[in-house]
Amino acid sequence: MAVHEGVTGHPARGSRASLIYDPKVRGIVFQAVLAVVLIGFFAWIATNTIENLRRANIASGFGFFSERAGFDVSQSLIPYTLEMSYGRAFLVGLLNTLLVAALGIVLSSIIGFLVGIGRLSKNWLIGRMATVYVETLRNIPVLLQLLFWYKAVLSVLPGPRQGYTLPFASSLSNRGLIVPRPVFETGFGVTVIAVVVAVVAVIGLAQWARRRQMATGQRLHALRYGLAILIGVPLLTFLISGSPLSFEYPELKGFNFVGGIAIKPEFLALLAGLTFYTATYIAEIVRAGILAISHGQTEAAYAVGLRPGTTLRLIIIPQAMRVIIPPLTSQYLNLTKNSSLAVAIGYPDLVSVFSGTVLNQTGQAVEVIFITMLVYLSISLATSAFMNWFNRRVALVER
Amino acid sequence: MATTEDYVFVREGEEPILAPPPGEVGAIGWLRANLFSSTTNAILTILGILFLVWIVPPLVKWAFIDAVWTGEGREDCIVEGTGACWAFVEAKFAQFMYGRYPIAERWRVDLTAILLVAGLVPMAIPQVPFKRENGFYLLAAFPIAALILLTGGDFEFPWSIVGFLVIAGALATGFVAGAMTEAPAARIATVAVAAGVVLAIASLAMPDVRVPLGGRSLSASTLVVGLCAAVALVAGAVAILATPGRPGSGLLWPVWAGIAAAAAVLAVLSTDFGLSYVETQLWGGLLVTLVVAIVGMVTSLPAGVFLALGRRSKLPVVRFCSIVFIEFWRGVPLITVLFMASVMLPVFLPPGVNFDKLMRALIGVALFTSAYMAETVRGGLQAIPRGQYEGAQALGLTYWQMMRMIVLPQALKIVIPGIVNSFISLFKDTSLVLIIGLFDLLGIVQLNFADSNWASSKTPATGYVFAGFVFWLFCFGMSRYSMYVERRLDTGHRH
Repeated sequence: MAVHEGVTGHPARGSRASLIYDPKVRGIVFQAVLAVVLIGFFAWIATNTIENLRRANIASGFGFFSERAGFDVSQSLIPYTLEMSYGRAFLVGLLNTLLVAALGIVLSSIIGFLVGIGRLSKNWLIGRMATVYVETLRNIPVLLQLLFWYKAVLSVLPGPRQGYTLPFASSLSNRGLIVPRPVFETGFGVTVIAVVVAVVAVIGLAQWARRRQMATGQRLHALRYGLAILIGVPLLTFLISGSPLSFEYPELKGFNFVGGIAIKPEFLALLAGLTFYTATYIAEIVRAGILAISHGQTEAAYAVGLRPGTTLRLIIIPQAMRVIIPPLTSQYLNLTKNSSLAVAIGYPDLVSVFSGTVLNQTGQAVEVIFITMLVYLSISLATSAFMNWFNRRVALVER
Repeated sequence: MATTEDYVFVREGEEPILAPPPGEVGAIGWLRANLFSSTTNAILTILGILFLVWIVPPLVKWAFIDAVWTGEGREDCIVEGTGACWAFVEAKFAQFMYGRYPIAERWRVDLTAILLVAGLVPMAIPQVPFKRENGFYLLAAFPIAALILLTGGDFEFPWSIVGFLVIAGALATGFVAGAMTEAPAARIATVAVAAGVVLAIASLAMPDVRVPLGGRSLSASTLVVGLCAAVALVAGAVAILATPGRPGSGLLWPVWAGIAAAAAVLAVLSTDFGLSYVETQLWGGLLVTLVVAIVGMVTSLPAGVFLALGRRSKLPVVRFCSIVFIEFWRGVPLITVLFMASVMLPVFLPPGVNFDKLMRALIGVALFTSAYMAETVRGGLQAIPRGQYEGAQALGLTYWQMMRMIVLPQALKIVIPGIVNSFISLFKDTSLVLIIGLFDLLGIVQLNFADSNWASSKTPATGYVFAGFVFWLFCFGMSRYSMYVERRLDTGHRH
């Protein structure tokens, strides 16, 4: 910038000084330094790790996945014996994590929505009860709640003989929850097909009813007919095909139950702890979402003659969901991550089986922890990718 | 004849206001409005009352009426029909607070707690002045004091750290002087800096030669590089002082202030105050819970601010590194982070270097929490209108001046509730350290269930309720405080 320098009268000062003050040069130098420092740091860690592993004589690589595991897992969704490989054990743990996460998400959503709406209720008693529930359980660590359910509630239940009897021949004792096992006989497949057919029919009906209402203004009570189809068709098929389902009832023999399905206390404690804890957060999210819809929306809906129930269903909830869903997803994610606390009460989830037993047996800490983190990381990143897509879809377009 | 006065009624005062119908006011009115306003509400109320009747009396009976308040051991608690075993909590209370911290030294923990409260209370009350000084005390002075009090201080540091810092500072001075001034001395400084840097790099590849110097030996390369640095410092200082306006001094004084502060902190930490050493193995109970929580809070706040700024930076490498760091730690459960800190950290470090278990947990918690804090702070940064940034730039402020004086004060104010929420999560998450074998409050309570003198079927419930109550007290207090701050700071920018 020779011209500029000539005008301001500082021809000699400068080219070097301006380099230091040039944001571009500064930026490049700073980033280069950062990159060199970080690369150096990771290289340092890598050399140390290689050196340490060589000294401790620990094998590296992922070959252990196909080796014989040789330990038993107390609960498994897929067939598993101790003759199977570490890879199989990994899969068992992963499925157990997903099982408890899926059930926890469903249950905590139900409780959370009920409590969140309850806190906004005009009924004083219901509002207060919901507040006390949320403010108590939200401020106590989830790990403590898990341990409480496990050690202070389920473990001190009476033994199988004195256990609590529940409906449907179930019972609750220190062996867990024992329920009858459904036995599917041949011909049950027809009922399954009937369920699928009914679901498809109901979706079709709903779409047709909607289109007809748009075109003619006539309403059809799709919900009523839909429910009738959804329950009636499978039930009829089930009865016509000769009720191909029976139950194997648990029987008390000696000191334990024989038959039925035993739901382990570890699983129950984990599920109860995660559900009741996450439900408090979901309740707050639901409450905030509903409160975020301005009162003018309700008033406008009343002004055009909608009834309170219809207003809630057609005006408030669709708008509130836009506010509710992003934090709700992150709560679901938190629940999934918190399910790793299973290791504290011995439920065989991914962390407990893989980062616990497998790590201890193989000693390959780096690989095992890396894979465990990768699993959770991919669940998280997939969820946040979904969230970004969802946000773009429902975002209000302003200006 | 009747006059108008005889039959015309003229009202001369107001009629007394009638009392509202008895069903609309008082207890009955309240009940009708709040509990029985409709059939659905009436049913809900009755169900609610039934639920309370089912759950509250047994709880009260368990916790208060049937509870064992004093006792010597399990015999007092296993009596049929008794409730909570508070005698257990009473007997173990000191352990729940201090862990196995030596009894004679527990005054040090108490003193640390008093110092903390003395800093926190004036910080939390908005009317108290000197917030800046108070913040300095809490973030700098108190941590050092607490570290010395709790461990005993008298750390051994290799003093070469300070030497290296001084050499680096001297080289930086020479470099800045060479780049920004035209004085003759600046040439000498530049040459000295170049020589020093080249020699330092070359010495990495050369065998170490020791030179005896005043009783101890010093590596030859250090000596030569140090000499270069000294020349650079003197020449650079002369050049800067000789040039009008002293260019570069604004860049250099923070460097030297930092070096001086680091040297001062090292000096204090290595001073022997006559306190005996208490290893962290002995710490436990609420002490460990608070140490983990407070270290997490103090480190995560600045780290989170820098990461949030990095994520919004225009420099691609900085932004990329920040995003990877944040998303990685936010994507994994804390328990795997703690596993990694306890199992993998020793593998990552050079053989022979080892941290104690508490330190490893602290590193894991700090990394994990900074990522969450960064996202909270980023929310605040995004809420600041562009005009604030542009206004600051129009005034000619540098990036850091703009952030320090315009953007961050506003952004942090907005996210105070979010920050407190992160603190609450962190406080609850400290309980996870028990899984890697540290005895925080929950860990030590659990440990005592195994005490044969107190083991009974009632001990776990009692212990968990006590620990839960302590956690609840802290978290509930923090959340109430955050709501108070939120109301106070609500300057009405809502629509």
